[in-house]
Amino acid sequence: MVTFYRRLPSFDYIKPKTLKEALALLSGKNKGKAKVFAGGTDLFPKLKRREVKAPGVLVDLKGIPGLDYIRYDGKNGLRFGPLTTIGAIESSPVVQEKFRVLAQAAQSMASPQVRNRGTIVGNICNAVPSADSAAALLALGAKLKLVSSKGKRTVKIEDFFTGPNKTILSDGEILREVQVPPLPANSKGVYLKLSPRRAMDLAIVGVAVVVIPKDGFCKDIRVALGAVSPTSIRVKKAEDILRGQKFGDDLIDKVAQISSEEARPIDDHRASADYRRAMVKVLVSRGIKEALRS
Amino acid sequence: MKEIKLTVNGKLHELTIKPWRTLLEVIRDELGLTGTKEGCGIGECGACTVIMNGNAVNSCLVLAAEANGKEILTIEGLADGDKLHPIQEAFINHGGMQCGFCTSGMILSAKVLLERNPNPTEEEIRKGISGNFCRCTGYTKVIESIKEASKNLQ
Repeated sequence: MVTFYRRLPSFDYIKPKTLKEALALLSGKNKGKAKVFAGGTDLFPKLKRREVKAPGVLVDLKGIPGLDYIRYDGKNGLRFGPLTTIGAIESSPVVQEKFRVLAQAAQSMASPQVRNRGTIVGNICNAVPSADSAAALLALGAKLKLVSSKGKRTVKIEDFFTGPNKTILSDGEILREVQVPPLPANSKGVYLKLSPRRAMDLAIVGVAVVVIPKDGFCKDIRVALGAVSPTSIRVKKAEDILRGQKFGDDLIDKVAQISSEEARPIDDHRASADYRRAMVKVLVSRGIKEALRS
Repeated sequence: MKEIKLTVNGKLHELTIKPWRTLLEVIRDELGLTGTKEGCGIGECGACTVIMNGNAVNSCLVLAAEANGKEILTIEGLADGDKLHPIQEAFINHGGMQCGFCTSGMILSAKVLLERNPNPTEEEIRKGISGNFCRCTGYTKVIESIKEASKNLQ
């Protein structure tokens, strides 16, 4: 039996004006006690349910200028910051046009109210296995820029997640920028989410597909799965079957089959592991075909 | 304690609050505006929806401290004196409520939807209120109400 509190635990609240100040708050005397947040749409429910320990200090990033942006250019691709909301990504014309898989994933999340506050970076840092944006960004081959008061590093998103709710972020480090490399103009992307309700629900299975076709051949393909393993994953073994080959239903079915074999789903109240595995096969096949038709 | 300034329904309030107080708690308990309801308290049900700087938000998931300097519209600020807002009129005319607990949030979500999309399809209305749960029956009457409001607002 879970005790359900309706009130937040007590904490102090600080709204720094610079990133430097925020990073100093995380690494100084508050180390381990301070926690950064952006939209708070994941953090506050967890705090109310007492699922996470109350931080001594909550550090609100929203007072820092220059962290809320969506930038695109043909050379560097898409970049956005820790205060870029899910809603902003969903309604961004450049994301809709060039990175449709990400726009679709954003649109599938929660409710308008949550998308107005919650951020994609927050969704990534919380690292739930069903995070819709994680699957989309894996299929897009995104890189993540991490900063702390000691320095910075850039990692591939596939190296970021280490388990359910776990990432490589160390104490005092924040995700400063998401970087999505540019895609050729003819690339296609689709995000398919299986959930009983059409909104306000977590994925039973999430499938993100990015395909780059060339003259009936598959120049490149990336398939990522959500909610069917401890972290969102790329299924490279499945991708390899189609890469460089001519598109055909047989090969697409084989990609779907290998994807479902690569999945490591669990049984829970949302679905059984067997059902999840079966649905991975259906959705990967459907996703590739839909992407090619789009 | 934190000093904050909130403009709620056009009126500026200067308040001293504990940093862990939510906007919902301040609206209801400090300002006495109990039209905003607390349902789930964790951002699932939308009963606590208010409009903050033009966006629908769950006030149970916003700290009052985060709302410092912001403009808030609650259900109490929607009518113009005795004259109800066209969305409120439409909900009455179409019976778009039963117990009424979800209605404040439903109407405020509808307001934001109609500001951005004055002539929404049924599917777009459903998406617009997808963060607002009604547990009395279904959404048919609510959707009819919002459709009529969209006509009356044009």
